Amino acid sequence: MLLKGNVWKYGDNVNTDYIIPGRYMELTDPEEMAEKVFEEHDPSFRKGVKPGDIVVGRTNFGCGSSREHAPIALKGNGVSIVLAESFARIFYRNAINIGLPALECPGIHDAAEKGDVLEVDVTGGLVRNLSNGKELRFKPLPPFMVEVLNAGGLAPYLNKTEEW
Amino acid sequence: MSTISEKILAKASNQETVSAGDFIKTKVDVALNHDVTSVLAFEAMYQMGAEKVWDPDKVVMILDHVAPPSSINSARVHNVIRDFVKAQDMKNFFDVNSGVCHQVLPEHGFVKPGMLVIGADSHTCTHGAFGAFATGVGSTDMGAVLARGKTWLRVPETIKVNVNGSLGEYVHPKDVILRIAKEIGVSGATYMTLEYHGKVVEEMSVAGRMTLCNMAIEMGGKAGICEADQKTIDWLDQRTSGPYDLVKADKDAVYKETLDLDLTGMEPQVACPHNVDNVKDVSELGKVKINQAFIGSCTNGRLEDLEQAHALLKGRQVHPDVRVLIVPASRAVYKKALQKGIIEDFIDSGAIVSNPSCAACFGGHIGLLGPGERGISTSNRNFRGRQGSPEAEVYLSSASVAAASALTGYITHPEEVA
Ligand code: SF4
Repeated sequence: MLLKGNVWKYGDNVNTDYIIPGRYMELTDPEEMAEKVFEEHDPSFRKGVKPGDIVVGRTNFGCGSSREHAPIALKGNGVSIVLAESFARIFYRNAINIGLPALECPGIHDAAEKGDVLEVDVTGGLVRNLSNGKELRFKPLPPFMVEVLNAGGLAPYLNKTEEW
Repeated sequence: MSTISEKILAKASNQETVSAGDFIKTKVDVALNHDVTSVLAFEAMYQMGAEKVWDPDKVVMILDHVAPPSSINSARVHNVIRDFVKAQDMKNFFDVNSGVCHQVLPEHGFVKPGMLVIGADSHTCTHGAFGAFATGVGSTDMGAVLARGKTWLRVPETIKVNVNGSLGEYVHPKDVILRIAKEIGVSGATYMTLEYHGKVVEEMSVAGRMTLCNMAIEMGGKAGICEADQKTIDWLDQRTSGPYDLVKADKDAVYKETLDLDLTGMEPQVACPHNVDNVKDVSELGKVKINQAFIGSCTNGRLEDLEQAHALLKGRQVHPDVRVLIVPASRAVYKKALQKGIIEDFIDSGAIVSNPSCAACFGGHIGLLGPGERGISTSNRNFRGRQGSPEAEVYLSSASVAAASALTGYITHPEEVA
């Protein structure tokens, strides 16, 4: 799985309230959730994001509530992958489960700036920053998680998988 | 050379050994669902092509968060759940008269040492008090558990927490875990298990161990675990029967970190707004006036918590400016407190005693704080807006400190009123 996109860079503890505020928990339509992404934290994101773009965070990305709205809102804007030094546990699970790759990639925050173009080999475990030539290796996802992502998430994956 | 988590997860996933960092697919022994998260999980299950839950006997459903319903919408949600329970032939159903899921589940014998418990609630880690591996997940994950009885997990690293020393008269398990949160911080245990050891934990009641494990998530933890021992067996034997798989950590288990604490001489602890690791000694606070004291929740709504409060409130009147809300964590706790005369004394003191439920803990049912108000609470989260208005402040403490504060109207060391 090879992904390529522009970087949107954030810091530590990007919580689920920043990604989509709690008052939008009542939304059930992914399109509507996507409209609210980073509404208060970074309104420029929604205006500028392009399909395939990459979100980069530092530590504890996605901390806070267990709402699946947060990864759904990012995916709904075409985000192809979230890279961070570390993730909050439930966000990480929810992201993979809805088919949004989330990868722990030590060193990524220093290696990429906003607007840089990254190429991510998800299965090969390699991030290449095409803007500054830097390369980072990370522990590749295990094959079954790649299968979940390829299927578009855990629900579609299980829908066509007898043995699990 | 395995931690408790590694041993339980190896067995659950049918492997000789697993190590921290491994990804596993594993069967689940018990699935916990409640009224706020289940409807989304049902939808996920249907999307996975399943009509029926994998094993209705292993799914427990509890209506506890908004119990009884306080809005038309929650009444509707409860009925969707009741219909599901009937259609799925689930007999492990606890309606709005039962109490908080994390108390009701072990009380009814659903949790045993060595089990893998998955719950659609972040405080599922509470059940680690029984030597089980228990963790919370989101709705798609729970949908998969309902459909297949399985989940995927990354085997966590473990922080070993050794708690030694002797605790003062008014120092309780809640003070211990607040102190640990102060040391580790709100994300210091992300993805990890907290394994609690040491003399203080060995001497602690099962109820106290539940308080320790309950708050592992407040440090980002995946699980909190205490080794099951004779105390665990005695507690369980009154409610269920073995065999019990008493999983112990190997002597040469590999830990990510070890935290050694000697708590001799420690004061009662209070977590100040708006982070659980913003913890201070109670005497550092000065006279912080309060409008509400809430004694309850899956953290501290058990009989020993009510007894701690009772020791201070009995025969006295709560401060006229404080609304005091006491909510037993389950019907069994309520009944025992009633039989012991504790409830009557609470009522005489001017406290409000409400039916077992989550109540004021998450700001979605009863006992909300208004703008500018301050509350002291025995629950586990003091995030901005957690118990009502975003302009309110929540302080977390043991039942002793909450009861002492209820008497004086400001956050108080229990010794002051004893
Ligand atoms: S008592 Fe509070 S923390 Fe416990 S399950 Fe209920 S809402 Fe969650």
